[in-house]
Amino acid sequence: MNKSFLMRNPSTLWFLLGLSIFTIVVTILSDAGLGIMSTSFVKTLGKTLCLCLIAVAMDVVWGYCGILSLGHFAFFGIGGYAVGMWLMYARTEGIVLDSLATQTIPPTTQEITDAIGNQIFGVVGSSEFPMIWAFSDSLFLQLLMVVLVPGLLALVFGWLAFRSRVAGVYLSILTQAMTLALALYLFQNDSGLRGNNGLSGLQNIPGFEGTPQSTISLAFFYASALAVALGYVLFAWVTSGKMGSVIKAIRDNESRVRFLGYHVESYKLFVFTLTAVAAAIAGALYYPQAGIINPAEIAPIASIYLAVWVAIGGRGRLYGAVIGAAFVSLLSSWFTGGGAPSIPLGFYTIQWTDWWLVLLGVSFVAVTLYAPKGIGGLFDYLVRKPS
Amino acid sequence: MSTLLEVDGVSVSFDGFRAINNLSIQIGEPELRAVIGPNGAGKTTFMDIITGKTKPDEGRVTWGDRNISLLGMSESEIAMEGIGRKFQKPTVFEDQTVRENLAMALRNPRGPFAVLFYKKTKEGGQRIEEIAAEIGLSDSLTRRAGELSHGQKQWLEIGMLLAQDPRLLLVDEPAAGMTTAERELTTDLLKRAAKTRAVVVVEHDMEFVRRLDCKVTVLHEGSVLAEGSLDHVTADQTVIDVYLGRQ
Repeated sequence: MNKSFLMRNPSTLWFLLGLSIFTIVVTILSDAGLGIMSTSFVKTLGKTLCLCLIAVAMDVVWGYCGILSLGHFAFFGIGGYAVGMWLMYARTEGIVLDSLATQTIPPTTQEITDAIGNQIFGVVGSSEFPMIWAFSDSLFLQLLMVVLVPGLLALVFGWLAFRSRVAGVYLSILTQAMTLALALYLFQNDSGLRGNNGLSGLQNIPGFEGTPQSTISLAFFYASALAVALGYVLFAWVTSGKMGSVIKAIRDNESRVRFLGYHVESYKLFVFTLTAVAAAIAGALYYPQAGIINPAEIAPIASIYLAVWVAIGGRGRLYGAVIGAAFVSLLSSWFTGGGAPSIPLGFYTIQWTDWWLVLLGVSFVAVTLYAPKGIGGLFDYLVRKPS
Repeated sequence: MSTLLEVDGVSVSFDGFRAINNLSIQIGEPELRAVIGPNGAGKTTFMDIITGKTKPDEGRVTWGDRNISLLGMSESEIAMEGIGRKFQKPTVFEDQTVRENLAMALRNPRGPFAVLFYKKTKEGGQRIEEIAAEIGLSDSLTRRAGELSHGQKQWLEIGMLLAQDPRLLLVDEPAAGMTTAERELTTDLLKRAAKTRAVVVVEHDMEFVRRLDCKVTVLHEGSVLAEGSLDHVTADQTVIDVYLGRQ
């Protein structure tokens, strides 16, 4: 990742420039500056940046390496749960300690732990800390979990799938099954992660109780922008040069690459795991801004949306994925949030909250059929290479 | 000339159909060998077995000076042992440039991390130039492989094989779809390559085989029917009956 790499990839430089300008503009408009932009909109933009990061990861695994994974939102969700466990534990601990401080007899450690457990798991009729919460009192260990758990899951799952030469649509089904299984497991009350209640109150950052949400939201916005920038540069580097050559070759003709002497499975595993980790980091930044995570977030439909974003934005180019994720997810919240005006047809009124999915589906089909390069393909008209 | 590859008593069946039946072939180094035979004679399956794509039911395939067995090895391991294969349909990576196609085939470490941190070397660049000159694509290094003509794609694929620097080259119907002029260039290319290594060419076209001017093996129903010079095998009565007589 040296200077010459960036010089050889002007689109990466343009992206970083655009992202910097965007960050500065948001800062000026936010409460830190002119105060025109609401805190909740800063959060929406911060969340959108996280979605851009997972879309870039999806583009690398699908657009470059040809693995249509319908499970990357599972890794995103695991990242969110991992960081959410610490947020919830640490915040509940603070509340419990405050309330017990008024007692005349100082509480024992056991009493404190029980009280925290009761607070967190009361909704699922339990007060015991499950095994998986063992490290929840340590921010460092939970952040390590953000990377390790999805990384290991992707490594083991990928190794089993790729080694058996599961590819194409079968692999997509397999990844979707993995996502569904994980979501169904998390929906259970005894999963140890509060069933369908999920984890909540994640927007309150322990240790920063006195800090206004406007400041916290801006801090997470910056963190998300930095993560997207670093992720973008990393993946631009991975998909350039000889590595990029090999993974694109695997996408186009896997068996030919094998006869060239490359161990295709190792490459797929590398790309699958690296993008899973990036997705998890995106999730860990997303959910503190969303405030709540529940198993519905991991449902297979989320991963399918991800594929739709990347397809609409333009597969096989990283900025296409960013455009697709930002454009479609913002548009989606505009339509489903009631922002779009209904269209009265006389005999029937089109309510966008109901019809948005139809519009999205039609756009997806239209893009696939008539503009396979997606929105990003428009840049080809702007930058005509002199040949 | 020492024996490089020995296929000994190999049989393989697909759903009860014996594609290869007790086949034994020896290839020396260096050698140019043509394998001919009617459709379904097992020519492609023979290549599949050597390159690890198909596992035989019985028999041995031994390779090299140390007589190692190729049977337990994966496709990529066999390729790294020094066996390169060109497919019937030209399979180059059309989205990438000629240079990128050749660079991928160059003999370098193949692990993901070695490739990720790979730095272009001067020798690598020179080798690519040499191969491009050999296959007549010096002026097309920056072109996308998809833009090449059919014949040029075939040459690029042969060039990718040469870049792998294999000891054995398996070439499946290189002349298919080529013009007469292109065929001549291809014959020269293969003959030059066979000076330093073993080259096995599977071909339908008798005229092309004649121009290769080498030892010929005739396959029929999965085993060797005749072996020798082209004149020798075409004079063989069984060969005439099963193959030439049909034309």
